[in-house]
Amino acid sequence: MAGASIPARITMPAEARRGEIIEIRVLVRHAMDRAIDAPGLTPVPRKIIHTLRVTYDGAEILHMDLSPGIAANPYVAFTTVATTTGEVVFEWLEDGGAVYERRQMLTVT
Amino acid sequence: MTRPDRRSGLTRRAALAASAAALLPATTTARAQTAPRETMASVERAVLAGRTPLAAGVTLDMPTLSENGNSVDLTIRIDSPMSGEDHVTAIHVLAEKNPFPRVATFRIGLRAGRAEVGTRIRLAETQTIVVLTETSRGTVHRGAREVIVILGACVDGG
Repeated sequence: MAGASIPARITMPAEARRGEIIEIRVLVRHAMDRAIDAPGLTPVPRKIIHTLRVTYDGAEILHMDLSPGIAANPYVAFTTVATTTGEVVFEWLEDGGAVYERRQMLTVT
Repeated sequence: MTRPDRRSGLTRRAALAASAAALLPATTTARAQTAPRETMASVERAVLAGRTPLAAGVTLDMPTLSENGNSVDLTIRIDSPMSGEDHVTAIHVLAEKNPFPRVATFRIGLRAGRAEVGTRIRLAETQTIVVLTETSRGTVHRGAREVIVILGACVDGG
């Protein structure tokens, strides 16, 4: 399952000037099942995306730990400084060991 | 007359001590089985690690009143120079009345350029959201906002 694709919408500029701060917004379709055990509900095992890792230009620029307290279809917005032309790699780690991956090119002028 | 009284007193005391001794391991094992549940206080203690948070520099941008606790927009801005020696390294989001108070942790660094992150969180009920941020200099900053939740995230399956 490593590197499987996932329905995700990544919003970021395709091009940026060197040194410019760009905003990256990521929305991924995921139920974020949180093992609720309430009356009238069938308990489901916890299955959430517990980590979002973003690397760019050879280093991790965001490492986020998510909990069942994050809304379904987790949305994350953050910033990074455009340094060099390259791929921004997004990795989502799901309970049970599945890893999903998406890559987005950033051209730096 | 005094002897039987004293003896009964002693035996009662001994019986109490014995039952207390019997209870103690039972309660500790019961607690150990349900241990991993964190509390707001234990999360705050773990993040702070003995440091005293500074009450300035953290802005929480979120609605004062939220109709739906299943998805509440939250943007965090930290007043930081984001320079080599002084930048934000971690942002912790805590919700005291959620079943899991530790909602999210963002680890960022110098390359973020700006100390600003956003996400959407679930809130069980009306409560205060606490954000603790750590800097490369080892300081901790604290910000908090109260949010009124009309429909909590725990009442339905969403």
